[in-house]
Amino acid sequence: MAEATALVEVSNLAKYFDVSKPWLNRVLERDQRQILKAVDGVSFSIPKGRTFSLVGESGCGKSTVARTVVGLYQPTKGKTVFDGVDTAELKSRRAQRPFRRRVQMIFQDPYASLNPRWRVRDIIAEPIKAHGLLSGQDVDDRVDDLLTHVKLTPQDGAKFPHEFSGGQRQRISIARALASSSEFLVCDEPTSALDVSVQAQILNLMKDLQREFDLTYLFISHNLAVVYHVSDWVGVMYLGRLVEWAEKRTLFRFPRHPYTRMLLDTIPDLDMTGRERVPVAGEVPNPINPPSGCPFHPRCAFANDRCQAELPKALPTAEGTMVACHAVEEDRLPLEDRKAVPVLAGADGAAGV
Amino acid sequence: MAAPLLQVRDLRIEIPTRRGVLTAIDGVSFDIEDGEILGVVGESGAGKSLTGAAIIGLLEPPLRIASGEIILEGQRIDSLPYARMRTIRGKKIGAIFQDPLTSLNPLYTIGRQLIETIQTHTDLSSSKARDRSIELLREVGIPAPERRIDAYPHQFSGGMRQRVVIALALCANPRLIIADEPTTALDVSIQAQILALLKRLCRDHGTAVMLVTHDMGVIAETAHRVAVMYAGRIAELGPVREVVKHPKHPYTEGLMGAIPAMGHDVDRLNQIEGSMPRLTAIPTGCAFNPRCPKAFDRCFVERPDPMVSDPSQVACWLYDKQPVEATHG
Repeated sequence: MAEATALVEVSNLAKYFDVSKPWLNRVLERDQRQILKAVDGVSFSIPKGRTFSLVGESGCGKSTVARTVVGLYQPTKGKTVFDGVDTAELKSRRAQRPFRRRVQMIFQDPYASLNPRWRVRDIIAEPIKAHGLLSGQDVDDRVDDLLTHVKLTPQDGAKFPHEFSGGQRQRISIARALASSSEFLVCDEPTSALDVSVQAQILNLMKDLQREFDLTYLFISHNLAVVYHVSDWVGVMYLGRLVEWAEKRTLFRFPRHPYTRMLLDTIPDLDMTGRERVPVAGEVPNPINPPSGCPFHPRCAFANDRCQAELPKALPTAEGTMVACHAVEEDRLPLEDRKAVPVLAGADGAAGV
Repeated sequence: MAAPLLQVRDLRIEIPTRRGVLTAIDGVSFDIEDGEILGVVGESGAGKSLTGAAIIGLLEPPLRIASGEIILEGQRIDSLPYARMRTIRGKKIGAIFQDPLTSLNPLYTIGRQLIETIQTHTDLSSSKARDRSIELLREVGIPAPERRIDAYPHQFSGGMRQRVVIALALCANPRLIIADEPTTALDVSIQAQILALLKRLCRDHGTAVMLVTHDMGVIAETAHRVAVMYAGRIAELGPVREVVKHPKHPYTEGLMGAIPAMGHDVDRLNQIEGSMPRLTAIPTGCAFNPRCPKAFDRCFVERPDPMVSDPSQVACWLYDKQPVEATHG
């Protein structure tokens, strides 16, 4: 997927956290240092104006990728190239400024990510002022414009965050993220805290804004249906690694990795085909002591000796998927065509991939 | 025909406040048959959890049941004294809540909590109760229950804790389980495991389940019938397949269109404009009228009661087959 016009390129990104006990305890209890490899060797790139999504269960490292990409965490290894510039080379705050202006983040909890003591107008104006983009009356005009764009009214600017519902607060977060004329938005579960009808409003808004401003999204979610709706490309993460990534239709129709298949199987079947689901046994292992070899092997029905010993590399398949699985590489896992993916009620005519 | 296991008749729950009495639940009626899974779905604030809490008699004051009846196995349970209700809660009605960590006492081993619950409701001896606990833990899919029984809640993962909570709810072989968002705090793969477990237990024991959730997918997967709640009332009640495939109420229709579906390429999701009204500002007439694309004059004046539209019940004037005069006559 290395397209020439990639706006964001993440290569071999890794982020380790030191979760050891304090030094004294380690000495007295003769414990080793403990390193949590939250993200280990993740690579992807996102062309301008497109959406790349990361899905996975809690603790798989998707939020850590998001935070590392925007620069909230320093990567342990690997690099992020934004618009041709390696972000690690931006040493001074001054050099980082253009990057910080162009990259913004939207968080999951709209209750925690807005300052309750600030008026909405000030919250949205903050990035404009911090980057010295406009001054005086122009700032107010810009804030009014942004509020209108996210389907709020300029009068809402005078209110405080607590006067808004969850969905409206998320609109404010989006307005703030757009205030600095950003180009790349990292959205960490932006709709997980919202009700479905409100979620639909926010997802539609995000798509409209993407078209209007040619925005690039890195979208993090655990909800596969939401991911299917918003993405162009989807990457599936498991224990800090991307196990499979592809263009979304390919991924959902020809899932190759056993974990991807398992995730797809867990989606409640709204079409009620009566399909008997086989819930996968087991849970995500502790990332401090991940299993040897392929991290998925203890839960995988196709695992063999090699899976227990050797970490699979991501390899391209004939369908254009990148997949890290020995069983796929050795052709032990037959291709499955999931053409009959669940289709929603009342839309039978518009079905099909 | 035998009477249903649980009958809820015209339930009304009120919250007295300084600025007057608010009505949180208004005119809710439904039945649950033996062994049936009834899904109750709705957005935050629709009143679905309150309905569940009212049935097990755990409404927090100042919330109160203002009128209506809750009948379990032919016996009214909504007006029972606290001590009598305690013997029914746990024995006849079990409960599973959203957050398994707050449902378990962190200071006691899970064995102690299970044994205590079993001994409260049955006259088994301690060692018998312990055997039964181990058996229950095995039944809900906890590996090596003989060893795990002496572990504390924090030593379990989220999914395993929810299994323990289910085991607790099953202690006295209740006829009905109220499951309030049992899988919301869990990952998708664990959610699938827990739902499969609930379905199996329901089938094996003939236990009825009232499954409260905001996730239509969970309902479609698990329930037999579903009640869609909006602003404290039931908008639509019917067989799951019917409600999901051919939603009748404009709210249900909007809700189904708002759920992103896989393999179904749409550019925009259907959105219901606005949000659910607050209790202080429920519109007159049908509570959904400000957001309803099909609202007409009558919807702004008169409040629709559930009316039969085979095989469902829909509280919407669009499905009123009788002329207006006749309903008043």
